[in-house]
Amino acid sequence: MTWEVVIGLEVHAELTTRTKMFCGCPTTFGASPNTQTCPICLGMPGTLPVINRRAIEFGVRTALAFNCRINTACRFARKHYYYPDMPKNFQISQYEEPLAEDGWLEIDVQGGTKRIGIQRLHMEEDVGKLIHDGTLETAPSSRVDFNRAGVPLMETVSKPELRSPEEAAAYLRAFRSVLMYLGVCDGNMEEGSMRCDANISLRRPGATELGTKVEIKNLNSFRNAQRALEFEVKRQAQALEAGEKIVQETRLFDADKGYTRSMRSKEYAHDYRYFPEPDLVPLKLEGAFVDGIRAALPELARAQQQRFVAQYGLPAYDAGILTQSRALAGYYEAAVSALAPGGSTASPASAKAVANWIMSELLRVVPGDDERAIAESPVPPAHLAGLIALIDDGTISGKIAKDVFEKMVRSREDARTIVQREGLTQVADTGAIAAIVDQVIAANPKAIADFKAGKTAAAKSLVGQVMKATQGKANPAIVNTLIEEKLAKV
Amino acid sequence: MIERKDVEHVARLARLALSAAEIEKMREQLNGILAYIEKLNALATDDVEPTSHAVPMVNVMRDDAPGPCLPRDEALANAPDRAGEFFRVPRIIED
Amino acid sequence: MTDPTRLTAHELTDAFRSGAATPSAVTEAYLGRIAKLDGKVRAYLTVTDGRARAAAAASDARYRAGKPLGPLDGVPISYKDVLSTRGVKTTCGSRILESWVPPFDATVVTRLAAAGVVPLGKSNMDEFAMGSSTEHSAFQLTANPWDLARVPGGSSGGPAAAVAGDLAAISLGTDTGGSIRQPGAFCGIVGMKPTYGRVSRYGLVAFASSLDQIGPFAKDVRDAALVLRAIAGVDPADATSVDVPVPDYAASLGEGMRGLRVGVLEYDTAGMDPDVQRAVTAAIDVLKGLGATTQAVTLPTADHGLAAYYIIAPAEASSNLARYDGVKYGLRALGKDLIDMESRTRAAGFGAEVKRRIMLGTYALSSGYYDAYYGKAQKVRTLIRRDFDAAFEHVDVIVGPTTPGVAFKHGEKEDPLAMYLNDVFTVPANLSGNPGISVPCGFSTSDLPIGLHLVGRAFDEATILRVAYAYEQATTWRTRRPELA
Repeated sequence: MTWEVVIGLEVHAELTTRTKMFCGCPTTFGASPNTQTCPICLGMPGTLPVINRRAIEFGVRTALAFNCRINTACRFARKHYYYPDMPKNFQISQYEEPLAEDGWLEIDVQGGTKRIGIQRLHMEEDVGKLIHDGTLETAPSSRVDFNRAGVPLMETVSKPELRSPEEAAAYLRAFRSVLMYLGVCDGNMEEGSMRCDANISLRRPGATELGTKVEIKNLNSFRNAQRALEFEVKRQAQALEAGEKIVQETRLFDADKGYTRSMRSKEYAHDYRYFPEPDLVPLKLEGAFVDGIRAALPELARAQQQRFVAQYGLPAYDAGILTQSRALAGYYEAAVSALAPGGSTASPASAKAVANWIMSELLRVVPGDDERAIAESPVPPAHLAGLIALIDDGTISGKIAKDVFEKMVRSREDARTIVQREGLTQVADTGAIAAIVDQVIAANPKAIADFKAGKTAAAKSLVGQVMKATQGKANPAIVNTLIEEKLAKV
Repeated sequence: MIERKDVEHVARLARLALSAAEIEKMREQLNGILAYIEKLNALATDDVEPTSHAVPMVNVMRDDAPGPCLPRDEALANAPDRAGEFFRVPRIIED
Repeated sequence: MTDPTRLTAHELTDAFRSGAATPSAVTEAYLGRIAKLDGKVRAYLTVTDGRARAAAAASDARYRAGKPLGPLDGVPISYKDVLSTRGVKTTCGSRILESWVPPFDATVVTRLAAAGVVPLGKSNMDEFAMGSSTEHSAFQLTANPWDLARVPGGSSGGPAAAVAGDLAAISLGTDTGGSIRQPGAFCGIVGMKPTYGRVSRYGLVAFASSLDQIGPFAKDVRDAALVLRAIAGVDPADATSVDVPVPDYAASLGEGMRGLRVGVLEYDTAGMDPDVQRAVTAAIDVLKGLGATTQAVTLPTADHGLAAYYIIAPAEASSNLARYDGVKYGLRALGKDLIDMESRTRAAGFGAEVKRRIMLGTYALSSGYYDAYYGKAQKVRTLIRRDFDAAFEHVDVIVGPTTPGVAFKHGEKEDPLAMYLNDVFTVPANLSGNPGISVPCGFSTSDLPIGLHLVGRAFDEATILRVAYAYEQATTWRTRRPELA
């Protein structure tokens, strides 16, 4: 039997504002418990929230990047439920008047691209962290850390337009890339900066009604999201084929065991008793406020990737790696333009050379999606360009350049300084090399004999010996040419 | 109007442990108040906008600037059960 | 000199400036009177004598140096125990916060401290400000200084009784449905609710967020004007506070009544105490005599104000009080698990009236009922605002009784609905946001105070203060004091 898989994703992203959504406490991760709190985010009696303007700007920026309609009338609402990680036992969130609706995100699927609709985007405050003294089922007590309570959270709900676990993972990757490019979220799923819940149901191909959906909560990586959904597809298909009904419920993914399991089912759904937050006045999002944010939107990863292919003649694969973060893409373009002589455009060869060096060398020492690490790279773009220029003008060989690169990483110096200090300049003096070639040939009669007997590999060992005799500094092209010529005459 | 089971349901939502006698008394009193409130239905409000704020203001926001945090001891000073750096709560059963 | 506890704040600061008295001496007089008489009145939950003496000594020094902070420097004050005071218990009249000590001050407390006031202590109230008699305090029964067997009104009964009984020179209360004005009327003093948004709510433990306002109790209108000036003004910590300039209310008090148009509220007299009606009618004649023109005013939807209020206020209260669950602060009862602990904590910590309103509010907001109740009530609010706006096209102040009757005996009104009816005249101004003031306008045949209620345009406290002042200065009600010995 074939089934159509219908998946919708809800992503919660913690925003990288300096302070929390409704108070001035810092949002940095990993602080000692209960040291980043104040009377407001602790929900102490008598306190009042005040909206963080930058959080709204980030929300608008994201909504625009997702092609959403910004709601001019935007309002916060109280969402009530009791849980010890929620100081007020209500969360200030949004209900009937969210910040934005009806957008889309383009993802790569097999054989092309697909637009996934985004239902809504809204702002809310995050909750604290609960640490159970045991497992959730057996712990006699739990401890609460409110550092995270009040951190600005942006919730985005996709339309149920994803059709496979793979598409879901692709959506999450693309989503995260947009958020990181916009600089609104650090995308760190291990730290919980980006959390995902999925809704999945199955139906017969061609059916218009949705099947019973199951919610899977707190998927903390793309891989786990895909695995959890793959398991669900199998589980639901099996059940449906056996004539069973799917129970509408919430399940958790056990990453170690690779299956989803039911949370204890609720007797009744939460009655959130939403009403407009009386301590906050409504937002009217329009005009100069929104236009200013729109004008400052950066080029996003997909557009940048396409531009790199067109502008620099790079293969799509390379462009994909280089645009994994705005910082890395920026690094790439800075290095390429540093290579281009005096304001002109770089050659395709240069553009490819920079790409190769970044992909094979730089990314071994600097993570490509770590904005700070790239900004603080021991080899800044200009230095990388300088190194490649020394290869281009014959000062050093490609092989020597790799060693120089290692030294550049360790000492943070530019290439020319290292090459000069260590005398690594390539020997390109044909006469000098010729003399050494003669010496090597004279010292290796067996290799000559082998070569003449048809073993062309013997020539390579002669090349190797010349390189060794010159501490690798001989220009390999010249060595090869000379050895070829001389062997031909022997 | 309100039945006993409604009162029990609302008491659960509101996390209020009420005795059987209290539930019955509450039911009577709530019904009395709700009967009084019925008079609002005599008013025509179909085309009327609700007032959520007495003064119509919009866009009151603050800069993303840090403010003082409470030292941990002050944050925890009133905690009914403090466990070192944390607030502690009894066993949580998923409802 | 006269017993300083009988003087108004402005009389006190005149004496401080002239050297006829010192803040410390006056503070001792108040503390002495509290020690002697508060056992009968039970206005205070906490007396902060240490802080009072320290503040008074600092004020002494300023006056000696000729540098007082302003017109309230050295004046002894009591705060309703719903206002957060750093390091001092703030119970809200509830067991659930019996030992809650806030680590911060309410903005109004900070502003008044900066004005140099002497904090005498925290005063009693109906639990979480829900009530009209202060009988719902979890701790003690406050008595009306005019008749100790009667209630002082509520929910700000403690601060009202304190000023009425000369146990404080001024005090701060809060008004959500009439909780300053009604006790002001019952206790024969001035009680004022500013326009919603005039005074910061930061640090006011919330009852009904869209209705709550902080305001002064005072022995005369001038004092109320001085306190209002000190506490009013936008606060970045309260997003619902409004950035409108704060006029010098005291300076414009004497501008008189000439040219002012007084709207005489038409109301249903069924169930009204005839003494109240008589006093109010006589007061209106006084206003006419002072040069005001009068015309009848109706607020057609005001009759429905109470019903709208008794949905909106409990709904918001049920939300604001959700946080009291024994997790982070306050009372915690034993329970077998978290939910059990929370339910028992709230059952043990909240009194009957609070529980009733939480239940009503939770029901009104629950699934399927929002439109019929809360949604509907918010629309009725709009109708009430329109009524006021229409009236204020023709008049500058609306005058009527503050309450349907005078202070009743403890235990007399047990039926919740009967209690709620106390607020019928005061509630519309909370729903619309307009400012209101109650000023003494006479006594009943049983010698109990009666209040005259004045409502003004939004942010036009200056006009209602001016009218109240003109009326007060043309009468001698304030010279009569309760016999508390």
